[in-house]
Amino acid sequence: MTGDRAVASRPEPPVARLAGVSHRYGRTVALDEVSLDIPPRRMIGVIGPDGVGKSTLLALIAGVRVIQHGTVHVLGGDMADKAHRTAQGGRIAYMPQGLGRNLYPTLSVFENIDFHARLFGQAEGERRARIDELLKATALDPFEDRPAGKLSGGMKQKLSLCCALIHDPDLLILDEPTTGVDPLSRGQFWDLINTIRARRPQMSVIVATAYMDEAQRFDALVAMDDGRVIASGTTAELLARTGERDLESAFIALLPEEKRARHRKVEVRPRAGNDDGVPAIEAEGLTRRFGNFVAVDHVSLRIARGEIFGFLGSNGCGKSTTMKMLTGLLPATEGWARLFGAPMGTDDMETRRNVGYMSQAFSLYGELTVRQNLELHAHLYHLPSGDIPGRIAELAERFDLADVMDARPESLPLGLRQRLQLAVAVLHRPAMLILDEPTSGVDPIARDSFWRTLIDLSRDDGVTIFLSTHFMNEAERCDRISLMHAGRVLAVGTPQELVAAHGGTSLEDTFIHYLAQAAGIERVAAVPPPPESAESAAPAAPIPPVRRFDPRRLWAYARRETLELLRDPIRLAFAFLGPMILMVAFGFGISFDVENLRFAAYDQDRSPESRELTEAFASSRYFSRQPSIASAAEMDDRLRSGTTQIVIEIPPGFGRDLLGGRTPEVAVWLDGAMPFRAETAKGYVTGLATQYARDLATRRGGPSAAASLNVINIETRFRYNQSFKSVNAMVPSVIMLMLILIPAIMSAISVVREKETGSIANFRATPVTRLEFLLGKQLPYIAVALIGFVLLVLLALLLFDVPIKGSITMLLVGTVLYVMATTGFGQLVSTFTRTQVAAVFATSILSIVPAVNFSGLMVPVASLSGGARLLGISFPPAWYQPIAVGTFTKSLGFAELWPNLVALAGFFLLFLVLARLLLRKQEA
Amino acid sequence: MAEMGGGRTRRQGLRTHLANIYRLVIKELRGIRADPVMLFLVAYTFSVSVYTVASGASTEANNLTVGIVDEDRSDLSRQILNALNPPLFKTAELIAPDRIDAEMDAGRLVFVVEIPPNFQSDVLAERQPSLQVNVDATAMTQAGNGAVYLQSIIAQEVGDFAARREAATASPVNVVIRARFNPNLTSAWFTSVMQVINSITMLTVILTGAALIREREQGTVEHLLVMPVVPAEIMLAKIAASSLVILLAAGLSLVVVVGWGLGVPIAGSLTLFLAGAGLYAFSVASLGIMLGTLATTMGQFGLLAIPVLVIMQLLSGSSTPMESMPVWLQYTMQFISPTPHFVAFAQGVLYRGAGIETVWTPLLAVAAIGAVYFAYALSRFRRVIFGA
Repeated sequence: MTGDRAVASRPEPPVARLAGVSHRYGRTVALDEVSLDIPPRRMIGVIGPDGVGKSTLLALIAGVRVIQHGTVHVLGGDMADKAHRTAQGGRIAYMPQGLGRNLYPTLSVFENIDFHARLFGQAEGERRARIDELLKATALDPFEDRPAGKLSGGMKQKLSLCCALIHDPDLLILDEPTTGVDPLSRGQFWDLINTIRARRPQMSVIVATAYMDEAQRFDALVAMDDGRVIASGTTAELLARTGERDLESAFIALLPEEKRARHRKVEVRPRAGNDDGVPAIEAEGLTRRFGNFVAVDHVSLRIARGEIFGFLGSNGCGKSTTMKMLTGLLPATEGWARLFGAPMGTDDMETRRNVGYMSQAFSLYGELTVRQNLELHAHLYHLPSGDIPGRIAELAERFDLADVMDARPESLPLGLRQRLQLAVAVLHRPAMLILDEPTSGVDPIARDSFWRTLIDLSRDDGVTIFLSTHFMNEAERCDRISLMHAGRVLAVGTPQELVAAHGGTSLEDTFIHYLAQAAGIERVAAVPPPPESAESAAPAAPIPPVRRFDPRRLWAYARRETLELLRDPIRLAFAFLGPMILMVAFGFGISFDVENLRFAAYDQDRSPESRELTEAFASSRYFSRQPSIASAAEMDDRLRSGTTQIVIEIPPGFGRDLLGGRTPEVAVWLDGAMPFRAETAKGYVTGLATQYARDLATRRGGPSAAASLNVINIETRFRYNQSFKSVNAMVPSVIMLMLILIPAIMSAISVVREKETGSIANFRATPVTRLEFLLGKQLPYIAVALIGFVLLVLLALLLFDVPIKGSITMLLVGTVLYVMATTGFGQLVSTFTRTQVAAVFATSILSIVPAVNFSGLMVPVASLSGGARLLGISFPPAWYQPIAVGTFTKSLGFAELWPNLVALAGFFLLFLVLARLLLRKQEA
Repeated sequence: MAEMGGGRTRRQGLRTHLANIYRLVIKELRGIRADPVMLFLVAYTFSVSVYTVASGASTEANNLTVGIVDEDRSDLSRQILNALNPPLFKTAELIAPDRIDAEMDAGRLVFVVEIPPNFQSDVLAERQPSLQVNVDATAMTQAGNGAVYLQSIIAQEVGDFAARREAATASPVNVVIRARFNPNLTSAWFTSVMQVINSITMLTVILTGAALIREREQGTVEHLLVMPVVPAEIMLAKIAASSLVILLAAGLSLVVVVGWGLGVPIAGSLTLFLAGAGLYAFSVASLGIMLGTLATTMGQFGLLAIPVLVIMQLLSGSSTPMESMPVWLQYTMQFISPTPHFVAFAQGVLYRGAGIETVWTPLLAVAAIGAVYFAYALSRFRRVIFGA
């Protein structure tokens, strides 16, 4: 083959044509000048290890990523053209990478498919019929009501496929649909695709995969490396070109010269040691349950020293759990295990020194450099500090890490990171290594080099290696393997023995045979791919024009969001209990009523007059009396410790001076540590002093004498809140605060968590518009906020005895508009935050600061000036506060408050428009 | 290799524990250094945020909005109008009697003084005229104190006026009110230091809790647990590292932002305060870890942390006086949260210059509550990491 063009020489126009496509993420080049034609009606495989640009390529074809450079034509139009994407988007189906990434784990199988069907505007009857058909075809019909999160990996992928196929697409794009799935389910998955292709031959399929063995069955292949297409053609063509017997070797042979140069074949040397003596691992009836779920079911093992023992099985079959029990991370529910003859205990420090562990995901510290990671582990294993530099240098040499010692692991390619993990695992020279899927996603060359190291460790150093893998060719290199499924070990033996016992030809067939036997099914023969004559099949039905705004799609999102929310106890608790608890805390806690001030007298006169004065103060309902003070030092001490807050100091000779009409001076000391409290206390003291003087005058000279003290009467009327209780003003203000804080956080999270879990792909890959998406996701939170509002009002009425004096209708209308605005604000925040935790904190800081400080809760808006005032009025709470306080305390209605309603409606529209503008339908 | 099994009863000495904690603290500190967002958050909260909150939001009554309905139009009524000046008052506004309700309903005026006809002549004739002050009692921070100021200013003006005409008698007792520890009752003295305390609480909880959740999400904590390291060491290292960072920031904030920037005098010993803050940081860091074991994802941690932090801050005596809360709530908060104790301790040391002999009780409470958090977090730690 001479160029990258034309995978097959057919006259029909290609279903997708890429010309000069490049794509970068920051400085990383994902695709580099890719030009490619994908022929129609074929199943095309894109092969290559992780990180070569397969996913980016597929996402560009599916139209879920923005094209940076070059042109992508799909289904006869330019994917850079929004009109074309909108018109043809319904003919493409896209299944993103990762087990069940586009599924909603709490929704049932039926609800998941139903949601996708609604996004394509299918009517009730049609939905039911199509879903039934798909469920039957995938054999998922018995599990219709099971939540997607509780399905096995294979079932999840079949369900994802159902969701993708619900609208009869003409182009099906599958990104690594079988990664992490057991071989039986994998076989069933491809059978299913073939059945569907037989029925709809006009459908083209593009599949990315890291499994070379399954890629052999595709019509044609595109091999990728480092963002470039290195070869394309049928499997036979590629094998013929390279002269290799299997695709993996062919792939290595196709790699550029400088990469191939580093590759050496893996050579498994025979094991020298004998198998008698104490085994490295011995386990009997090992069982682990999580609640009702049995993760590991009576597993028994004997692994000899120096042996390489492989665990083969799908994701979730109990491999990792078994390994965690053997490392002592997880206690066993039943059964026992011995490592080197010693029983395993979870807090056994000595066994831990014997074991090196490598977990499934990369689990070293990304924020430390390679050297710091190695040093940390060396110190924690307490290697003598003199030996550490030497040991690290030795490992750097052996694992070829010398060039990257001061780099951070996150910047390194996956293969190198796995080598670093292995270096860390062997650092303290353990007698046994437990490696959980150490080569998952690693490119073939790096994988082979990794294996050479393992073989050296086993054969030269006598290290026992216990590893798990998905790859059959890796399993064949093990001394013995164990086939595992659904928590149970199906068979144990050398790879050759197992294959021979079953009479099969390959390890994969053997495994499938055992799996089928365990599941009690006869594997149906694979349906052959559609014959060439299928071309006469009916052309694709014309798809109905996509409507610009479809309330059914909006409703699909609103309905799904509600279902998810109802099944998430943490978010529900936050939505309903959160505001109530906070309301109680605020209502009781934030009080500007200063009471129970600790008062004491320092009476140096001890005359009847001084006692009278002391009594006048002590009788105040705001003061609580403390024992009298005897000395100046005591007064100082008590004020300093805060046990007394107000002291009246009466000088000697007070009574004498008073009787003599010499106007004695009395000092009142306040604790000024809390200025607001002191300020209020000052007011109380002033009032008490005036009252005392008046009483004194009355007693001495009758009412006229008292009157001459008071030239005027000042009548103070506390309006709206006659009893002058904080709670009357606080409760409506807290409602204002709660109705921005909680709804905004919840609506922000609802969008951001789709970004985190990956289900945002459904928004990108289906015809739903940004407005439908935003409004659909907003509706449930408006409802939640209104229920929260009703609860808060009930608390106000029943617990705090704060009545609504004004118009209830007004309050209700105002609240509806306010929560529409605040949930909209949350969505706006969600457009620029990427993680849930960032969304929570950003939303709370952005909303609490203006709501508390500049919206009339602490200081009346009228008293604010300049920036603070501007900040206040440019945010909804300042407009809702007068509605809440006005209707609760001031008996106000529409006549006074209508401008506030207009402002709140304006905020709702503003936030909606901004969020729509900032939300990207395509990924960058 | 039987000898390896035989040594398993050997107890790890204290030295080993300390060495492990030391190594892990270094690791945690490197992790914090590599997180620019968190560092920015710490720097921002302890500098800009403390400064703006202290100099901006104030509970001192100022800029009070007051309207006057003057039906007397006399020298005395004008004198009262002229006495209501900035900064305590926004310039008083003359309004018509029928506008009182509208202005107060809309919240444009919090106070309205009604001076009746013949007010001045009634004063001179010693007929004790009445003057009405209307107060919008929903403006909680201003209504009470503002009304007192307004009354005393008016009384002063009328008194002066009457004294010039010899219509009044002097009070028999002269009561002098003096505030200790903050003579002018400047609210920035209070809010700045309380803001530092609130920042300590918030950031220590977030820093420690997020550090644990991150390790859980990335699986690195499993990696630590297969090594000869015990959960208590991992927890203590996280607590120590975050406390160290926060204490450093809090100390700098107190000296640079509060002391120099805002000119707040610090009465007591900064060393004693920092020692107490260290104990408090341990206590709230344990709370952070505890929350980190209760939540499974960062998102859940956020949802859990927000209400906890808001309640701890509001009901600690750092926003409104502790005595104003119902007694049962005071006791509940003092039982479950270390913050009220630490606020009491900090107010004692920083404002009143109290020494350890005066403030050891709140410190003891902080330590005890922290120990309970720590013990609970430790008991959950292993169980929760593996969803068992």
